[in-house]
Amino acid sequence: MTTPDRGLVLIDSEECKGCALCFEACPPKVLRFGELLNRYGYRSAAYAGAGCTGCGICFFACPEPGAITVLRREGRVCQNN
Amino acid sequence: MSKQLIKGNEAIVKGAILAGCRAFYGYPITPASEIAEAAALYMPQVGGVFLQAESEVAAINMLYGAASAGVRAMTASSGPGISLMQEGISYLAGAELPCVIADIMRGGPGLGNIAPEQGDYNQVVKGGGHGCYRTLVLAPESVQEMASLTSLAFDLADKYRNPVVVLADGCIGQMMEPVEFPATVVEPQVPRWAVTGTADSRPNLITSLHLDPDDLEAHIRHLEAKYRRAEREEVRFESWRTEDAEIVLVGYGIVARILKAAVEQARSEGLAVGLLRPITLYPFPGDELRRLSRRACAFVVVELSTGQLVDDVRLAVEGRRPVEFHGRAGGNIPGCEEVLALVRDMIPREQMADA
Amino acid sequence: MPDLTIPGYTVVHEKPRSFYPVCERKPEMQHQTHYCPGCGHGIAHKLIAVAIDELGIQDRTVLISPVGCSVFAYYYFDTGNIQVAHGRAPAVATAVKRSRPESIVIAYQGDGDLAAIGAAEILHAANRGEPITVIFINNGTYGMTGGQMAPTTLIGQTTTTTPFGRNVWNEGYPLHVSELLASLEAPVYVERVGLGSNKQIMNAARAVRRAIENQVKGLGFSLVEILSPCPTIWKMNPVEAQRRVLEETVKTFPLGQFRDRTKSAPARPAAAPVPLFAEIPAILGLANGASPAAKTMRSGETIDWRVRVAGFGGQGVLMLGEVLAEAGLDAGFEVSWLPSYGPEMRSGTSNCHVRLSSKPIDSPLVLHPNVLLAMNEPSLRKFLAPVEPGGWVFYNGTEIPQGCAGRLDVHFIARPFAEIAGNAGDARSANMTMLGALLEATGMLAEERVLAALRRRVSSGHWLEVDRRALDGGREAVTKGVRHES
Ligand SMILES: Cc1ncc(C[n+]2csc(CCOP(=O)(O)OP(=O)(O)O)c2C)c(N)n1
Ligand code: SF4
Repeated sequence: MTTPDRGLVLIDSEECKGCALCFEACPPKVLRFGELLNRYGYRSAAYAGAGCTGCGICFFACPEPGAITVLRREGRVCQNN
Repeated sequence: MSKQLIKGNEAIVKGAILAGCRAFYGYPITPASEIAEAAALYMPQVGGVFLQAESEVAAINMLYGAASAGVRAMTASSGPGISLMQEGISYLAGAELPCVIADIMRGGPGLGNIAPEQGDYNQVVKGGGHGCYRTLVLAPESVQEMASLTSLAFDLADKYRNPVVVLADGCIGQMMEPVEFPATVVEPQVPRWAVTGTADSRPNLITSLHLDPDDLEAHIRHLEAKYRRAEREEVRFESWRTEDAEIVLVGYGIVARILKAAVEQARSEGLAVGLLRPITLYPFPGDELRRLSRRACAFVVVELSTGQLVDDVRLAVEGRRPVEFHGRAGGNIPGCEEVLALVRDMIPREQMADA
Repeated sequence: MPDLTIPGYTVVHEKPRSFYPVCERKPEMQHQTHYCPGCGHGIAHKLIAVAIDELGIQDRTVLISPVGCSVFAYYYFDTGNIQVAHGRAPAVATAVKRSRPESIVIAYQGDGDLAAIGAAEILHAANRGEPITVIFINNGTYGMTGGQMAPTTLIGQTTTTTPFGRNVWNEGYPLHVSELLASLEAPVYVERVGLGSNKQIMNAARAVRRAIENQVKGLGFSLVEILSPCPTIWKMNPVEAQRRVLEETVKTFPLGQFRDRTKSAPARPAAAPVPLFAEIPAILGLANGASPAAKTMRSGETIDWRVRVAGFGGQGVLMLGEVLAEAGLDAGFEVSWLPSYGPEMRSGTSNCHVRLSSKPIDSPLVLHPNVLLAMNEPSLRKFLAPVEPGGWVFYNGTEIPQGCAGRLDVHFIARPFAEIAGNAGDARSANMTMLGALLEATGMLAEERVLAALRRRVSSGHWLEVDRRALDGGREAVTKGVRHES
């Protein structure tokens, strides 16, 4: 079994406008367009589901106040971040 | 408290501080500069703020800031500076911020001169900035009133959350008369709506922006309701021997003083002349003029302008009586004789009309 | 706010607490900003909100929203909010900060707002060293009004008002606000950062935090200029716009710190102590006893002195009138004093109107004086005619000038008052010799009232003595010399 990812990114699709800046910002390139349009008609970003390092740069690159939340795994693994 | 002989411009500042004013932001201009100078002297000593702004545009926006932060604040200027402040006054009225602005009128248009005039009536009383708003306007005729009406101005500004203008002319600003100040000192209070950088005031917002037409209309209606209330509750005027007057003189500020002398002189000649002196130019004492028009044969409006107040008098009298106008401009002040000549000229005419 | 707890994970970056969870002031789409997708304003907002959170100053913060695309910043920031006129944020911020020194005031401005219409306000707020924080968004255009030229528009860049590209001969050069402000003495911190890459964004986060922290520490003026993408007006997708900042904009607007005195800035002096309310009348000179207690006059008498004092500027004309009015008040008269001012004030002449009356004073103007004090010949010529019959005329000169002697219906007292003053100590107190003569001839006021008024107006002991002697000299000139009295 592979070790779980160090990070996790949650995207609030209602806040996202699909500007794609986070795709560009993400070093491991694990963000991309999701399948669905949100209720405002934007195709919002989505996490590919694996590979997030929890670096948090997407949070700062995103112009929306709370579209992106970044989490890190608790315990040893993330201490060297 | 005993009387003190001081200049009108200085009386404004003392009256303001006793009324709880703790901030003055302004830009020098003759004949209003003594107001800034007195504020510069006293504000720091009473724990207040004095700042000479880079322009009247900045000064009025500093007032916006101080008022937003819940401080009783004032500025002072004259025609050219008041013209520059109009945008800010519109914002203050729109954002419902109280403040006091003293306009010590001088000659215009343009640079005009520094002599007394009353040519700012329209830009101040009619609201010279954009949008549907009014400023409340008080017109002192003496140094005593420079102090007492400035105090009143702060109370009205807070009561209506609206800018209030003390509209005087260079004469009243420059002259000295004895003033009796109140024995009380108003303690500054912080209004609930102010933005003061505290947990309690964090939810507060000061803005004049209402993007949605329905919202903006509701806001304008709300402002309008305040102005209607002021029209019911705040009208102030002085009636001087008008009870039996056939000719009613109308004037404010320094002109009213001259008209009082003219009334005395006319009465000593047996002429039934009186004076109606508006103290609030907005709200305007139109009802009183209408009431007087039932008895009086004619009105004579005297102004240091080519005719601005006269429009409001004509609107109030609604054509029921003739409204004559006598104006001087450029800094010239009509003498008592000049006015009397006009009145003497009219009396036979009126009597003839009566016969 | 949605519950974001996931077992085994800790949230490291989430919507800052300084943003409202839901933008209730926004009429619709309350989960998003009103900005275009990829707009730099949103990123700048987030950097500010994160800094406010980190510094723990949410309650203390007052955000000033400008006019421009960020006019609605108050939709988002859960802080005190003030929306202001176009370009005037620094003036408003100045007064908020001075009114509430404990508050943390952040002025947020675009480049049209700050560098064009508000150029004077930012320059002077910076020059005064107002201890505020300014976040300046340089996107090279007027976003809100649809893409007109800004002062920061790049050379050659087309906008709706530079359809052929910005031409330096017509529109001048891009304005370098940071460099300009860094040339002033007062600013503590001025830095230009960008939003063109991850690295730039994280650097911007640091700078924004620093600019706000400076204010928390009580340091002076701090400004961060942020080169910010405007994809809509630039007609680019958000990623291209970001790249343009990184590759193009920085060529005209180099990044860097232009001023950093955060370590060396002197501490601001403490505010003066606030007096007790009870002390305020005394500070204003209004305490009882500080000014004369008015004495009631002998009843029944009708007195109406209408005095005109005239001369050249510097002859003490206004001062003479003031002393007269003040002494009159002391003696229980109604008084008024009106300086010449306006058209009469031309060519260095000076005059004033003084009234002392037993009845309330209607007009303070004295057009027909019963006393004229003429300190020179032009003044005599100008004001003699309207003097009332039976009135008093005091003239500084031994000979009544030609054409003036005909007024046989007035009391004429012509004396060399300046000379008399010179003999008494100083020719500059001629005004006082004339006052002495007036008192002696008319009995208008008791000597002690005048001396009391002088003591209140004249602070120097030397001058008080000179003036007193001049008063005496004037009195003597009336009792002794009768040469020109008619
Ligand atoms: C006195 C005045 N003049 C003009 C306007 C119109 N106006 C609104 S926003 C704006 C330009 C804003 O540009 P900028 O400050 O660069 O902000 P951006 O929209 O680009 O963020 C103008 C000219 C106004 N509101 N008030
Ligand atoms: S026009 Fe430009 S500055 Fe305005 S919201 Fe859109 S991207 Fe942002």
